[in-house]
Amino acid sequence: MKYVDEFRDKDIAKKLAAEIAAEADPRRQYNLMEFCGGHTHAIFRYGVQDLMPENVHFVHGPGCPVCVLPIPRIDNAIELAEQGAIVCTYGDMMRVPASKKNSLIKAKAAGSDIRMVYSTQDALRIARENPEREVVFFAIGFETTTPPTAVSLKVAAAEKLKNFSVFCNHVLTPAAIQHILQSPEVRELGQVHIDGFYGPSHVSSIIGSAPYDYFADEFQKPVVIAGFEPLDVMQSTLMLIRQINAGDFRVENQYTRVVTPEGNEKAQNLVSEVFELRRAFEWRGLGEVPYSALKIKEAFADYDAERRFTLTESTGKDVKGCECPAILRGVKKPTDCKLFGTVCTPDNPQGSCMVSSEGSCAAYWSYGRFRLDIAKEKPLEAAQ
Amino acid sequence: MSRMEKRFPTKINLRRGKVDMTHGSGGRAMAQLIEEVFAKHFDNELLNQGNDQALFDAPKGRMVMSVDGHVVSPLFFPGGDIGSLSVHGTINDVAMSGARPLYLSAGFILEEGFPLADLEKIVISMAMAAKEAGVPVVTGDTKVVERGKGDGVFITTTGIGVVQDGLEISGANVRPGDAILISGHIGDHGVAIMSSRENLAFETEIVSDSAALHGLVADMVEAVPEIHALRDPTRGGLAATLNEIAYQAEVGMKLYEEQIPLRGEVDAACEFLGLDPLYVANEGKLVAFCPADKANTLLGIMQAHPLSTDAAIIGEVVEDDMGFVTMETGFGGTRIVDWLAGEQLPRIC
Repeated sequence: MKYVDEFRDKDIAKKLAAEIAAEADPRRQYNLMEFCGGHTHAIFRYGVQDLMPENVHFVHGPGCPVCVLPIPRIDNAIELAEQGAIVCTYGDMMRVPASKKNSLIKAKAAGSDIRMVYSTQDALRIARENPEREVVFFAIGFETTTPPTAVSLKVAAAEKLKNFSVFCNHVLTPAAIQHILQSPEVRELGQVHIDGFYGPSHVSSIIGSAPYDYFADEFQKPVVIAGFEPLDVMQSTLMLIRQINAGDFRVENQYTRVVTPEGNEKAQNLVSEVFELRRAFEWRGLGEVPYSALKIKEAFADYDAERRFTLTESTGKDVKGCECPAILRGVKKPTDCKLFGTVCTPDNPQGSCMVSSEGSCAAYWSYGRFRLDIAKEKPLEAAQ
Repeated sequence: MSRMEKRFPTKINLRRGKVDMTHGSGGRAMAQLIEEVFAKHFDNELLNQGNDQALFDAPKGRMVMSVDGHVVSPLFFPGGDIGSLSVHGTINDVAMSGARPLYLSAGFILEEGFPLADLEKIVISMAMAAKEAGVPVVTGDTKVVERGKGDGVFITTTGIGVVQDGLEISGANVRPGDAILISGHIGDHGVAIMSSRENLAFETEIVSDSAALHGLVADMVEAVPEIHALRDPTRGGLAATLNEIAYQAEVGMKLYEEQIPLRGEVDAACEFLGLDPLYVANEGKLVAFCPADKANTLLGIMQAHPLSTDAAIIGEVVEDDMGFVTMETGFGGTRIVDWLAGEQLPRIC
């Protein structure tokens, strides 16, 4: 497969592995956080860990779009369906646990009309085909999925689709990374030691590399924007190690074939035409993060499900014992959770990280549990 | 000359007619549908006995029986349709015991309003598949459900077959050291189906691999009767099949990604959709387990058969009390090939 196989080449991987091994200083540990679930997925699916020296550790961050959505928002989506709306959403969202052992897929089995869609266009089509029904698109995801939602709102407005609305849960990457770095666990307590970041791949194609400049500088951590292919991850690892060894903290772009400093201005304009910042938004694992999410602008208020319907303020909480919040912050590893692999598996997920293949628990379990003795490696704090 | 009155003064309208509730009522309309659609195309001696059951002599030896329900959507897809699929699927389930399939039954659940033209197309396709395989549909049943209570047509087929003496083929017989072989490219059927779904329509030249494998199995067991297990990796793909057998035989497996035959187009479609081809369905492939010293003989036999020219040895069975199926990736790392959890879904980000 052209343009793909080149980035999965075994021989290049071996060469890169040798370079990494040669340049990684054996006297220190390298804790590198990949923000994105896409990186987590690539690391596990291709077994990238096997090619790394023992002192290079992947710390899995919060960048799994379904994992960071807090339970009350999923409760709200179910509530919309129970009020009689057709709720359309991306497939990964279906099995994410809500309150009271519910989930969208269980609500669907109980009679609610919840439909899995592959794009916002499907949701618009369903709205056109069911003019007598309310159709709500349960919009989730980072900057990558935001432009298509913006398009759906503009199309709905242009077509004067009276029965279509969006339940907006789009979140922003830079705000979350900054929040992690500002957390007491990182700043004061030193519980989480992060030496560098793999910057988002697809997200950066939209927002560009410039938004990371601030925190590379402020927090003095190197950021390498990395593609989602396994060789991208390996090359970025080498770039991070070189910066760390040299005491540098710059934003570097490994993913130059897609990401530019400015990003995709057309998409950015589209997003700013339709959305504005929320003052704060709750993230699972991170709590309330200021200016970290988008809401629909007044001009499109008719298509905003949060204004159109009355939603109950849910107080739903994570299952007792579930460590998803700490895992999403990089404070704990999936194997530190008592529920991991016992009551919580991909077939019976208790927490969001076990649902999506981009979630670190699901990735650990589905691709890596044969080497659990390695996964149960020293907890991060002991690794310093 | 019989003085029986003609049962059906006019022919059923196969061009524009639709299934209605009377087609399942047990009355004359049902009898006409059976006669002018099912009996007409399935036409064989046992079916033509005209009874509610087919009567035949039991062959000597051990018999196998298997049932498979078919609910595929869309009903017609590149390389096949629900009709041919329902014949191939059950023949293959019977054949994976090493058996020679003998007869099929077919149960139809039709939805009110389903076009009779489509029904006939499906029945013709089934009849052709059965004829080609030499395994006739000898008995059947039809029911009609109200509109909205079915999805056009559901077909359940049952097959019976006979296993020759000396064959002991079962997932439980797989042993550490066995070689794992696959009969050809994986994922063709699943990708063909997905390419024709309304909300995912993309253009590809991939067609379903739907095929009856009993001829191939006959060649294989004749040459290598020591085969330990055979299975067709349908729903859940190769990954599900290997995990089932690893669990059944209490062994582990080790695969080599680079050895697994995969078409570039299927690989690309999976890449595009965010799917893993190991989990994508096949309808004309089989996985075989045999002692390592017979693997090359078996591979040669498979590659000589037109349905498995691209057969390959893709891994080995290992001792592992955890029953893990692991794979050395093309990238040089190792990963688990796990059971599928839920449905395979395109990635979001």
